Amino acid sequence: MSPKTLYDKIWDAHVAHEADDGTCLLYIDRHLVHEVTSPQAFEGLRMTGRKVRAPEKTIAVPDHNVPTTLDRSKGIENEESRIQVEALDKNAKEFGVHYYPVSDVRQGIVHIVGPEQGWTLPGMTVVCGDSHTATHGAFGALAHGIGTSEVEHVLATQTLIQKKSKNMKVEITGKLMPGVTAKDITLAVIGETGTAGGTGYVIEYCGEAIRDLSMEGRMTVCNMAIEGGARAGLIAPDQTTYDYVKGRPHAPKGAQWEAALTWWKTLYTDEDAVFDKVITLKGEDIQPVVTWGTSPEDVLPITGVVPHPESFKGGKVEAARRALDYMGLTAGQKLTDIQIDTVFIGSCTNGRIEDLRAAAAILKGKKIKDGMRAMIVPGSGLVRAQAEEEGLADIFKEAGFEWRLAGCSMCLAMNPDQLSEGERCAATSNRNFEGRQGYKGRTHLVSPAMAAAAAITGHLTDIREMI
Amino acid sequence: MDKFEKLSGIAAPMPLVNIDTDMIIPKVFLKSIARTGFGKNLFDEMRYNRDGTEVPEFVLNQPAYRDAQILVAGDNFGCGSSREHAPWAIADFGIKAVISTSFADIFYNNCFKNGILPIVLPQEAVDVLMKDAEKGANARMDIDLEAQTVTTSDGEVFAFEVDSFKKHCLLQGLDDIGLTMEKAAAIDTFEAAASQSRPWV
Ligand code: SF4
Repeated sequence: MSPKTLYDKIWDAHVAHEADDGTCLLYIDRHLVHEVTSPQAFEGLRMTGRKVRAPEKTIAVPDHNVPTTLDRSKGIENEESRIQVEALDKNAKEFGVHYYPVSDVRQGIVHIVGPEQGWTLPGMTVVCGDSHTATHGAFGALAHGIGTSEVEHVLATQTLIQKKSKNMKVEITGKLMPGVTAKDITLAVIGETGTAGGTGYVIEYCGEAIRDLSMEGRMTVCNMAIEGGARAGLIAPDQTTYDYVKGRPHAPKGAQWEAALTWWKTLYTDEDAVFDKVITLKGEDIQPVVTWGTSPEDVLPITGVVPHPESFKGGKVEAARRALDYMGLTAGQKLTDIQIDTVFIGSCTNGRIEDLRAAAAILKGKKIKDGMRAMIVPGSGLVRAQAEEEGLADIFKEAGFEWRLAGCSMCLAMNPDQLSEGERCAATSNRNFEGRQGYKGRTHLVSPAMAAAAAITGHLTDIREMI
Repeated sequence: MDKFEKLSGIAAPMPLVNIDTDMIIPKVFLKSIARTGFGKNLFDEMRYNRDGTEVPEFVLNQPAYRDAQILVAGDNFGCGSSREHAPWAIADFGIKAVISTSFADIFYNNCFKNGILPIVLPQEAVDVLMKDAEKGANARMDIDLEAQTVTTSDGEVFAFEVDSFKKHCLLQGLDDIGLTMEKAAAIDTFEAAASQSRPWV
């Protein structure tokens, strides 16, 4: 048998039909659903009299529109947001899919809830009408975002029409330096490839620095594979993965666990398998990074300066000029001189318990800068509960952070958590696009520790000076 | 779904790279539970001032491009969020084809589900088409999906590649779900086998 990559193996295990031209029906093991990209899909089913083919493999949770303030049991004020969440309530019930409503302590960001509940397992195919579905690749699951028409297609048929992508390997060798995190790895990779560098590929992340990451860190890395343009990011499962999965509510148990484990242990890239593209970074070369512009590829080590638009090529010159104007920055300015108004810690990139621990480690016994607006939004109700149990919540509150309920919140600002015009935010989320966190809001993407550091000093800060 | 066969129309130039789906349709419009009506909010934050008046410089506000049916854009068009509201807005505005050197994967797929043809061409070709688009309403570009060509107003022809299955569906205006349901037996067989080999799923 010819050697296969991890992607090849998962793909081959899920092809339900292949046409002569290579167009495949890929069987989907888990379909995650949230309120923003699903109403039109359910409506489509209703209009055509179709059913959800596998409701037991379909999991729904509202996250984008939900309020994260402590009084959210009062309901959603914005009428359209409320209608959207109510539509999901209704659709989940009518079509009989698994559901975590706003009132459930397990509610949270769909990409945090899936793994937390053991819905995401190695070797699966996982889709969701959301580009950050790539997150689940951390388990060695083939996971990617789809559009609403495809959501409807998966609901109706439990398959997706797909052609196979190419294989790309991103290897991070050696060890990370102190203060460097999974977020810095994933941003550094995008800085290297550009936001279109992964287009047409499924990335497998490997190498010692990846192996050394916890599951939380691996999810952070895979989460942003989409920001590099890739269809999905993957990390081969290993003991770290099995330890995380074991005992979760929907993980296999007993004899099934043993059977699953036997298969999972075959999920790795064969030694002689060929990748279409390979990128290698040295772990020790990666520095704590921040973004300066309005694309995740606009990334630089925190020790750098805002670049000159003329230093780029082609269409990027104009884009960089526009970005500096939008961000209110001047070429040549030191990144550590950029003053911050707001700090947002949360999102499916960095809203897990380990991220909160990293922030708490910096914030312990400290106060945020006067006038700073700072909020921590845990990725799920269970992350929130755990952080309270570990005493992290007290550290945040004493430092001056708002301690919120779970949801997407200011990652995309569909709920009231928004930046105002010109407000500048250090955010642990994944997109610094124009208007992403609020109309004319300015976003700098950073790791949780760097976000915490900026909250204390009031400007972008090299975390290595604080540890 | 609407068929796409041939198109002769005005092309609007948008020489920006990395036009993301947040720019195409900002999230405030994602709260709708309908599929239609997004055209007036296409490129909303670039197209309108906060008070709702138009930004006159924005390309689709210029008289020459108000009826544009084609967009010529910089690299990596449609990156970011998976929101299908982006192609819905594009289609609702009346744009039926987008030309760029590259598209983000999810956006690219979403186009085909909504009767929009995304065309990938090399940089040199896109440069020529961008120039042609800048001529405004006097220049009409021709797109022929069957022949897989784009022709400039001067008659210069560029051939493009497109997946044969996607082309077929777009030419015929076929509904994916209906097509897949014809293969229900294959899905049943796969599901039965998988429930034996991977019962924990
Ligand atoms: S946290 Fe942000 S990126 Fe993640 S699912 Fe929510 S809105 Fe999308």
